Amino acid sequence: MNQHLLYSLAAVLVLGLIGYAGGSGMPYLFGVIIPYAAMVLFFAGFAMRMLGWVKSPVPFRIPTTCGQQQSFSWIQHSKYDNPSNKRDVLVRMLLEIFLFRSLFRNTKNEIREGKVVYNLEIWLWLFGLIFHYSFLVVLVRHLRFFLEPIPALLKVVEMLDGILQIGLPGILLSGFLLLGAALFLFARRILIPQVRYISLTADYFPVLLIASIAGTGILMRYVAKVDIFTVKQMTMSLATFSPVVPEGIGGLFYAHFFLVCVLFAYFPFSKLMHSGGIFLSPTRNMANNSRAVRHINPWNPKLKFVTYADYEDEFREKMIEAGLPVEKKE
Amino acid sequence: MVDIPNADELIQIDRTPGKESWMDVPPDLSEGRFCYPAKPKTLEYLGLPNARVWSPSDEDWQLPPDWQKIVHEGFKERLDKYRSLKVFMDICVRCGACADKCHYYIGSGDPKNMPVLRAELLRSIYRNDFTMAGKILGRIAGARKLTPQVIKEWFSYFYQCTECRRCSVYCPYGIDTAEITMMARELLNLLGLNINWIKDPVANCSRTGNHLGIQPQNMVEIIDFFCDDIEEITGVRPNPTFNRKGAEVLFITPSGDAFADPGTYTYMGYLMLFEAIGLDYTISTYASEGGNFGLFTSSDMMKKINAKMYHEAERLGVKWILGGECGHMWRVINQYMDTMNGPTGPKMEIPKSPITGTVFKNAASTKMVHIAEFTADLIRNGKLNLKPGRNDHLKVTYHDSCNPARAMGMLDEPRYVLQNVCNNFYEMPENTIREQTFCCGSGSGLNTEEIMELRMRGGLPRANAVKHVHDKYGVNMLSCVCAIDRAVLPPLMDYWVPGVSVTGLHELVGNALVLDGEHERETNLRFEPLENAEGADE
Repeated sequence: MNQHLLYSLAAVLVLGLIGYAGGSGMPYLFGVIIPYAAMVLFFAGFAMRMLGWVKSPVPFRIPTTCGQQQSFSWIQHSKYDNPSNKRDVLVRMLLEIFLFRSLFRNTKNEIREGKVVYNLEIWLWLFGLIFHYSFLVVLVRHLRFFLEPIPALLKVVEMLDGILQIGLPGILLSGFLLLGAALFLFARRILIPQVRYISLTADYFPVLLIASIAGTGILMRYVAKVDIFTVKQMTMSLATFSPVVPEGIGGLFYAHFFLVCVLFAYFPFSKLMHSGGIFLSPTRNMANNSRAVRHINPWNPKLKFVTYADYEDEFREKMIEAGLPVEKKE
Repeated sequence: MVDIPNADELIQIDRTPGKESWMDVPPDLSEGRFCYPAKPKTLEYLGLPNARVWSPSDEDWQLPPDWQKIVHEGFKERLDKYRSLKVFMDICVRCGACADKCHYYIGSGDPKNMPVLRAELLRSIYRNDFTMAGKILGRIAGARKLTPQVIKEWFSYFYQCTECRRCSVYCPYGIDTAEITMMARELLNLLGLNINWIKDPVANCSRTGNHLGIQPQNMVEIIDFFCDDIEEITGVRPNPTFNRKGAEVLFITPSGDAFADPGTYTYMGYLMLFEAIGLDYTISTYASEGGNFGLFTSSDMMKKINAKMYHEAERLGVKWILGGECGHMWRVINQYMDTMNGPTGPKMEIPKSPITGTVFKNAASTKMVHIAEFTADLIRNGKLNLKPGRNDHLKVTYHDSCNPARAMGMLDEPRYVLQNVCNNFYEMPENTIREQTFCCGSGSGLNTEEIMELRMRGGLPRANAVKHVHDKYGVNMLSCVCAIDRAVLPPLMDYWVPGVSVTGLHELVGNALVLDGEHERETNLRFEPLENAEGADE
């Protein structure tokens, strides 16, 4: 097993155990101090990273054009793959953020009998999409622990999530989809040799962390069945900044809760910041209109170049001989 | 020169990565695997540092004494200047979607040619120097120390990237390896690590106005020679002017088209087109280069070379500039020129075709129009008398050049022209055209002889798609709008798909175009006899 995978597995396991033990040993630390610290790190860290990126200017207009430019009225312009104004850039960005437009283009190829053959590769896109949307639904669902009364919209989300109406308590799809998609992403990382070759600890760790969060959550809901009222009492106390740590919440909850804290705290310092960075990617968030509208580079340097006068000075005689017009005869 | 294996051997490509970490695999810098370095004389002329005689196969590269500091500070400066670099260093999730999108990876199977890993070569140093996790955790955080071997690896792999941007089409965050390669090459340049095939053209371009070092009197002679040929073939002699003040349009095209076949035929096509429509234009011997190898060096060098275009347009008092067929030239014009060297002088106007009256609003600020746009508009408005039947012996396909495709989006204008100047046009498979087009394998200054094997490998996916239409439809002519393509696709075709020739778009235009008062043509622009050509389409 490679070291990056080993470190990540070990880290997630140890962190889970710390959370499990911490709940019974130091409930105030694990129930109050660490969660607050994690949230501070998350928001402050996220803002700091975004500001750090924004601080660097965008000197050139460098969209990757993925379709026909706007030119003549009689040539169909590919507005959203090659936007020429802000409105169409916005649509392009929405397609990227909500539908992973670029990744949808993905194919895979191999060389078979002297031919490069292209095959459909929809899985990364599909499981990526499932992963992100189920994560979103899980997050939204968890707002029920921090809000009272529970908003109607949240109840609609829960109803849709439990639409299968199987089991008791009813199966909520999002948790299982999240776990399944995380495991898919993990599996492809170790099974595809090229992806394994490029993978770092920073790749294995977050996906395993999220899978364990989903796993412990599922265990609590369907198997170990924590006392949900006590948990809500605690989470509401955190949400209203009057923390109390009730007795009798099991270690499994603390394992889950601590892993979530680790995720939040780790988030701004990891590749998970792609969630913020995607908004700032100059190849996607700019219009391809730099021939029509001048883009300004704030640090555009003044540079000395070989001017026509320099050129004529060097070649004047030859130019005159060749019958070319010159500025100065001597 | 190192011999290269034959095509059947070369296509046996193993993509299985090795067992050990990529960080421990040294780059292969044996003869044939690297471009020759720039000569000291050239670097001195350009005012670039650390001019010396050296070879990438040397053990000691004679780096400047404080080379680590130079790289660190150069890196920091660029992180502060380019949001693209900063964001691209941070947000890659290594999903691997880009991995098999690179033509060099497909052709070599070398894992460091996967765009993600190419970027990691730089990211690993970024993490070490600029992130806390990298400083503390080192390799666990994907960081590593900057050693001479890292520099060698950069030199090897950032000169195995043609800045074609294909990977960036598929990246969910739009991470553009071209941007990363450009930054890495700038850093290498700070240490005096550059290649002759880029630096010589840059020096030539500064001094003589064009990459090939053609002096003014020779430029006039060459074009005069084209006019002789056109007159012989058609009976009509075009009369181009040079450095003429007061012309309406300044025409700028890559000097490669003046220099070697088959680009020369494309140049003849331009001259014939201008003659046919009576365009009031002039050619500059000073701004006599459309291409810009500065793009492959540094943004400063790009700016200095590009500055000549507006400088000359202003001096001559032209209204707008018409640009010829070239790939990276159009990346510079579309995405950099106006920002770097604009706004244009007061005498320039929004380009308007004097023949059709069409206003090119999409070029309102740069005031520079692509000749494929210009010609498409002429054809659309019925201003050209064309006999596409003269190209009936050709079965034509079209190679989208990387930059017009992915840094501009000029996809359908050249196709419209093609469909009007020839009757047999076949598209290559959709995974290999338009925004998904494959590089010729020799772009970004890598069109040099000493790395021929690498070029054949890099060109494999393109050639393979040509082979597909060659086998299926009998395609025998590969058309393109790029001067580097015209120089490098012929050897690529000879290697992978013998029987396919290469042409510029305007060579086909020139052959189909009927000039006022021309005599019956017996040959095409290549002096090849036309069998049943005259009026074959009527």
